[in-house]
Order: sequence, then structure tokens, then C-alpha cells
Amino acid sequence: MRPLTEEETRVMFEKIAKYIGENLQLLVDRPDGTYCFRLHNDRVYYVSEKILKLAANISGDKLVSLGTCFGKFTKTHKFRLHITALDYLAPYAKYKVWIKPGAEQSFLYGNHVLKSGLGRITENTSQYQGVVVYSMADVPLHPQGEKDLLNTHCLHGEEIYLHLILTSAYQGSTMIYYITNEMDIEFSV
Amino acid sequence: MGRKLDPTKKEKRGPGRKARKQKGAETELAKFLPAGGDENSKRLSSRARKRAAKRRSGSAGAPETKKSPGAKPLPGKLPKGAVQTPGKKEALSLFNVARGKKRPAPTHSSEEEEEEDSEGDGVVKQGDLWGSEDSDADMIDDYGADSNSEDEDEDDGEELLPIERAARKQKAQEAVAGGQWSEEETDEEEEEEQAEEEEEQASAGSGPGEDEEGGLQINVDEEEPFVLPPAGEMEQDAQAPDLQRVHKRIQDIVGVLRDFGTQREEGRSRSEYLQRLRKDLAVYYSYGDFLLGKLMDLFPLSELVEFLEANEVPRPITLRTNTLKTRRRDLAQALINRGVNLDPLGKWSKTGLVVYDSSVPIGATPEYLAGHYMLQGASSMLPVMALAPQEHERILDMCCAPGGKTSYIAQLMKNTGVILANDANAERLKSVVGNLHRLGVTNAIISHHDGRQFPKVVGGFDRVLLDAPCSGTGIISKDPAVKTNKDEKDILRCAHLQKELLLSAIDSVNATSKTGGYLVYCTCSIMVEENEWVVDYALRKRNVRLVPTGLDFGQEGFTRFRERRFHPTLRSTRRFYPHTHNMDGFFIAKFKKFSNSIPQSQTGNSATSTPANPDLPNLNGQVTPKSESGSTPAKKAGQAKQRLQKQLHPKKSSSQKQNGISKGTDVELSAVSSVTKAQASSKLQDSSQPAVTAAVVRELKEAGKLKQQSPKLQSSRKAAFWKQRAPPKAMNTDLPRAPSLSKTQATPKPEDRNQLVGNTTGAEKVKQQVAEQPFKKAAFQKQNGTPKGPKTPTVSSCSSSRPPPAKRRKSQSRGGRQPPLPSVDG
Repeated sequence: MRPLTEEETRVMFEKIAKYIGENLQLLVDRPDGTYCFRLHNDRVYYVSEKILKLAANISGDKLVSLGTCFGKFTKTHKFRLHITALDYLAPYAKYKVWIKPGAEQSFLYGNHVLKSGLGRITENTSQYQGVVVYSMADVPLHPQGEKDLLNTHCLHGEEIYLHLILTSAYQGSTMIYYITNEMDIEFSV
Repeated sequence: MGRKLDPTKKEKRGPGRKARKQKGAETELAKFLPAGGDENSKRLSSRARKRAAKRRSGSAGAPETKKSPGAKPLPGKLPKGAVQTPGKKEALSLFNVARGKKRPAPTHSSEEEEEEDSEGDGVVKQGDLWGSEDSDADMIDDYGADSNSEDEDEDDGEELLPIERAARKQKAQEAVAGGQWSEEETDEEEEEEQAEEEEEQASAGSGPGEDEEGGLQINVDEEEPFVLPPAGEMEQDAQAPDLQRVHKRIQDIVGVLRDFGTQREEGRSRSEYLQRLRKDLAVYYSYGDFLLGKLMDLFPLSELVEFLEANEVPRPITLRTNTLKTRRRDLAQALINRGVNLDPLGKWSKTGLVVYDSSVPIGATPEYLAGHYMLQGASSMLPVMALAPQEHERILDMCCAPGGKTSYIAQLMKNTGVILANDANAERLKSVVGNLHRLGVTNAIISHHDGRQFPKVVGGFDRVLLDAPCSGTGIISKDPAVKTNKDEKDILRCAHLQKELLLSAIDSVNATSKTGGYLVYCTCSIMVEENEWVVDYALRKRNVRLVPTGLDFGQEGFTRFRERRFHPTLRSTRRFYPHTHNMDGFFIAKFKKFSNSIPQSQTGNSATSTPANPDLPNLNGQVTPKSESGSTPAKKAGQAKQRLQKQLHPKKSSSQKQNGISKGTDVELSAVSSVTKAQASSKLQDSSQPAVTAAVVRELKEAGKLKQQSPKLQSSRKAAFWKQRAPPKAMNTDLPRAPSLSKTQATPKPEDRNQLVGNTTGAEKVKQQVAEQPFKKAAFQKQNGTPKGPKTPTVSSCSSSRPPPAKRRKSQSRGGRQPPLPSVDG
């Protein structure tokens, strides 16, 4: 377990900033204590300092997890944000999308959401913007099977806001659908 | 019309499945008429013919039809209730045959009967059968009269129609077997029994039973004492057990045993009944013999059957609200909206919900994915409630997978403080990680250690929860394989592991914690070996005491069980059963640690009541009892031998010991005594307390001697002791693993000691003196080793292989490489 290097910190914060923008500082300095990020086995954990003290006693090969896992670094040092970070990002998310109850179920089981399922959306959400998806009751939704928040983003149609929210249900495969206002469907993988 | 159809080549087909043709009178009659033999020429009615045919075809079946229990009472048919005659039997038998077409047929018993029948009657029987039917067919309601008249003529074979005689016999036999439960042992018994059985069969107040003696018997209350099948019967059952029959027999035996004095069968002992019951239960509920024996020891018979029945049925699904994310009210509402039928769990739980049925998969709802609840058994919520973790505490959960209890602890602490969630199984740890993340637990550290490595890894926790791995006899409904794959070895192995874990857990608790100092030990097993025994062991070994769990329901733990006697405070532990509480079998014990030091004292009193000696803490320092016990290999050897030799004067020795302790005049003396005690406690705790105390006496004598001889050497000896303490740890660990220490090993030991003590000459002398003893009692080294056996595994986990004495010497002289011990840090 070690603290993150500069490079790693930068990469990670870039990714997180896609969702919560400049509110990053709020993650670190919290009213109930200082939290920090630690790297262990290529995963980034978000822990409070009290826990850190105790965790330091455990040898590296025996330590499995601590605090909350935010994401992991891939072999090529890209950072993948995990769904487990959702609870921390949700309060600070800049762009939020609320979906209707009917579409909620479908979204949770890994499907895309059409525009008709959209309840509210923060304005000025640009295309491919990372968003956090909520139910109408303001509960952030955890799509089942989704590990990566990375690919939760929003597509606009041309002028009319036809939104499509995408999730990557399985690692590595991201299928992007978008519907233009004339209902042309294009697929790209 | 297919092209291939050729009308000219039509194949002739025989009668189809449903084609029914009348074959002609001859063939039809041939079915009914017997193949040969002495048949009566009388014509039979259709019913009689059918009966005969049935009898012929399934002669095994026919008698059994009669045997069915009084499900079909005959009273209505019996014209003369008051008269007891063989004729009545005959009538009964006939009617039974008529009615009993659909009754199940225990085959072998009937076969036996048939055999006996045939022995007696041979061909005549058949003829008799026919004859009886004849009589049945012809006469209307003449049974009583007939039988009456024939009663006296029973012995008079001439007057009785042979058929009637045979029928009577047959009826007798059938009646005997009719209770589904017996073979005749003797004719006499048979007669008696069949009388009683008939009574039972005939149920309420109908036909009074037959009594061969001719007396009228009213037996509304009297039930047929269940007749045990003879021993040979038992093997036969194994082939093709008829479950209904077995079940009935189980009920009967339980009924008999409940009122054994009156209902027993003469000449059959209680143990025979119990044995039969055991076999039947094993067959009916598919249990292995070992486990069933254990259960029979544990439960009274009526409860036993309930318990077994409860294990066949799954417990209701329960879930626990995650108060970190939602409230029970809201969750219940949300789930009801999804179509789940649920209710609060009970008064005792504020977060539990029980699910009756659900139209959606309860483990896949959006609420589940959002971490609003956790599927958890009701009994698994109890240990955490007993633990009562407070905010900002440090908690250790030693066997945490799959994480239900850990997350409950976290939610009670409101994500404050720290939880160290540990498990030895890497695969199951993944589920812990997943669950904790899903439920939003942020104050947890998850580690992958063997539980016995605590507190060496990290200690000083405020509370510890130990949900020990067990045999799983309380969750048979979840895992029926437990019924058969557990045996004595498994239980003992589990018990041993649990003891080790419990000691480690106790050592990880910080007794001086401001808010804590508690440990909860729980298992999902109902075996006494894994529950009360382990708890009692811990009470003797460590400075802990049992406190009330805070659960106001549940059965109290046992304070005595068969030949074992446990500490009376075990009444504060709790047992839960599937059949009484409708939750998985569970056992919960809550300890409070009142001192961080590890006791050296051997006798039960001192171990629990007084914390260590006043001197011991000085000596202890950071050393463990093992180290102290390993102070001098020589002493150890000598003392052990003495211990084993002398089983005298426990009181004296204990008082002497305490004198030595309380006086504390001579640190060395007390050191010696403490050493002795330490050795004693670590080695022979369970087995030979008197021996230990005797050894203490000896030790004191030795010490006295030493004192007298060379007071000036005290300091040096002390130093030697101190030195000895550390290095011989290795020695100590090795010793226990040498159960068969031979004489040869004994002798090198004194030499060891001499070498070790080499730096202090005075001490050498001392050691030599002490060493004399081992020489004398070298023979007892072996015994010394063996009692240490039980303790061995605790140490062996960390010790390397046993080096021969020579190497040991060297290693020790090298300066005390301390092998890691599980309970080093008090």
C-alpha cells in the first residue's frame, strides 16, 4: 500500500473531474476527517486516515481491501473508475440525469435508456458528458453488471435533445447507439 | 394416402392396448379357480372369487392388507363386539382381505408370515382359504355363532372345517403383522399381541381385543405395546424400507418410550427400543449414524423428532435493512411496491424483515443492488446484537465471510471507528469485498489471515467477533449433506480449531479498553463439543468471564452434559434451534476480558478467579506462558516427570503454591513456582492437575534446595532463568511435539541445560541438581510428552520441524531465536 505518485494522481483526478468537475477538493477534505487515496495492487482506495493507521499493520500480501475502492489502474496506466465510487461522486456530480421509474429497471439491468425514459437532465449537458444517473427519488443508480462508470454518458442528437445514455455492461465492450431526430440508427463499436 | 401405402400388403395387427375381448367362460373361470389342490367344490360368489384370485396372485399382498392399522375400523362390520373368539378373528381377517386392497404391503414381513403359514399348513392353507371364503360367501352373519360354537372345538380338529381352522390361523398371523410392526416371536406372544393389536387396529371401542385366555378385554386406552421386530428384522429393513411403515414405527416407539413402564413389551429392554428407533430415524430422515447418535444425546425424544422434521424444511428468508442507506419502513414500502410479501422480523430486531413470498427475485431488486438491504439469516443477526459495537471503536471480525455480520457491525457503528474484517478463505473474501462495497461500508479493512495469527498481526481491539467455522449441524436445512458426512473426527477437528481461534481472539481483545473488552463467540452448530466445551476451555485458559448476551430469548447453554461438567456461568450463553425458534441452529457466548495478562495458574480456581500472580506480571513482561514454561528445559523435564509421578496432595500443593506466590519473598522461588505453574498450565491443564500441583511441590522443594545451597547464586540463577525463558521457547515448542520422548532424549536435556546455563556457573550447579531428577525419572518423559499433545497443535502451527536434541541445543545457545507463537502478546 502506498500513496499515489504525481502521475497517477493526475490521471485519476482527470477521470474523476469528468463527473464532478472541480469539486475534487471536497473529496479530500471532508468534515469528518481527512481522507486520502492509497494504491494497493493497482487499485485505488479511498480511506480515512484513521483506517489507514490500522491498515498499515497488515502486510501487503494479506491486505485485500480497505475503505472504498475507487477504481484501478490498468496495465497501461489508464485509470478506470469503478461503480463503487458512485456514492462519493454522486453528491458532487455536475451533470445528472434523472430517469423515470419505468426506465429505471431497464437501466439497472444493463440496458440503454431512451429519451422517453428521461425525467430530468441538468442543462448544458454536452454530448459524451459523463453523468450520474439517478432515479426520480434521487437515488443514484447502480447498473447491475456495470463495473465502469466510465461509459455512462450522454449523447445528444443534433438539435433536439435526443439523449441516449449508455452503459457498458461488460468489460471492454461498449456499444454506442444514437438516434438522430430522424431515427437513423447508427452503430459503432 | 401416402404413396408408400400398399393395401395389398397390409400387416395384421394384434389387439391394441385397449382392445378387450371376452375370452370365454373357460378362460375366465380359470382365472378364479385355483390351479389345483383341495378345493372345495362349492361355488364361489363373484366377490369371493375375486378375493380368491387376489389371494392367489398376490398372496404376499393379501395378508398385509389386513395388517394395515386401524385406519379402516371394522366395528361396523363386526356383528358381535363382545364375543372374543377365534372366529372373530376369522371374520376380521376375511373382512380385512376384502377391504384392504389398497393398503400398502410391507413385503418381507408378510412373506415371513406366509412362510410360517406354509410351514404349518402347506397346501391345506390354500384350500382353507377357499373354504373360508366359501363360508364367508354363504353365511350371512354367522360369524359369532360359528366361532362360538367352534371356539371350544378349536382343538378338536374334526369338527372345525379345515378351512375355518386355517382361516383362523391366517387371521391370527395377519393380525399380528397387521400393526405394521412386528413379526411374531412366539406363538404365544403372537396371540397376545394380535389380540392387542386388533384392539388397536379396531380403534375406538370397536372390537375388543382377542385374548387367547378368553377374557374380555376392553382396551380403549390400551394400545398395543409396540412390538419390536427381532434382531434379524433390522437387516431386512435395509433392503427396501417402506417409509410409511418406518414412520409409523418411529411414532410408536416414541410413544412407548414416553411411557415405558406401562407400554413396554416384556423382555425387551429400553436400549433395544432406542436402537430400533435410531435405525428408523436414520432411514427415514437420511442421517448418518454418528450424527443421529449425537442428536439423540442432545434432545429428548419428542424434541428430536421435531428437530429432524424442522431440518427438512428451509427456514424463512430474512433480510436486514442497511440503516446506512435507508430505513426499514422505507425499504419495506419499496419492496412491497415491487411485489414482495414481507413483515418485520420480530420485537427483538429493528432492522430485520422476513419475506413470505416474492414475485421478483429478492436478491436482484434495485434496492438490493443499491445496497439497501442484505439477505441474512435471522440467527446471524444475533451475535452482532450481542456484541453491541459502539461508535469509534476498533472491532475485529475474525471469520467474516460473506460479510453479513461485518456490515451489520458497520451499520451499528455508523461507519465510524474501524473494522478489521478477516477471513482465511480467499475465495470467500471476494464476496466480502463485494458486499461491503455494495452496502456502503467505508470503515472496513479486509484482510486475509489465518485467524490464529492474531493478535500477532495486530491486537488491542475493543471488541472481537468470532464466528468460528464449525460442523454446521445447525444449518442442516440449508445443507443436507451434513447429515451424513460428519463424524467424530470432523467434530473434534472443528472443536480444536475453534479453541485455537478463541484463544487468539481473546488475546486480541484489549481488556483495558474504555468502552469494550468484549468478545462474542458464536457457531452455527448445536454440538456441545463445539460450543460449551470450547467456551469452558477458554474460561479455564484465559482471564475472561462470561457475561449475559443481552438476548432475552433462546435456550440457555448447558452447564453439564453427559459426563462433562462446565462452569456454571455457561448458563448465560444462548442456544437457538430450528424447531423452537424457527431460525438456524446457533450458539452465542459473550465474554468479557478482565485482564490482559495470560494466566499461568493451572488449577481451575486460580485460572479464572485470580488474574495472574502478583509476581507473574513482573516475570511475564512480554513473555508468554509458553515462554515461561519453557524457562528451563531441565526444569521442565524434571517437573513434568514429577508431575506425572506424583498425583498427590493437590490441596497442599496449591496452598503451597499460593503461599509461594503471595509471599513473594523470594522472587526466584516465585519465579520457580510461576514457572512451574506456567509449565503446568501450558502442558497438563486438562489432564493432570494434581500432578501439576505435585510438581509444584517438588519444584518448590527444589527451589528451596537451591536457595539453601547457593543463595549467592540467586541473581545469577535469575539471570539464567531470564535467559532460559527466551530461548527455550523453541525448546518448549519442540517438546510438545515430541510425544514419545525417549530416555535418550531425556538425558541430553540436562546436558542441554548445562550448556545453556554455561555462562553462569552457579546456575549450572543448580541445573545439575535439577537435572538429577530427570535422570531418575527419565522414563516418564514419554508421559510428559503425551499430555502435552493436546496443546501441541496450538504451538505447532508456528514451529518448524523438530530438530534432534543436538541441534536444538545449538539453536538455543545461539541466543534464542524465538519462533513465532500464536499467543505471544498478552
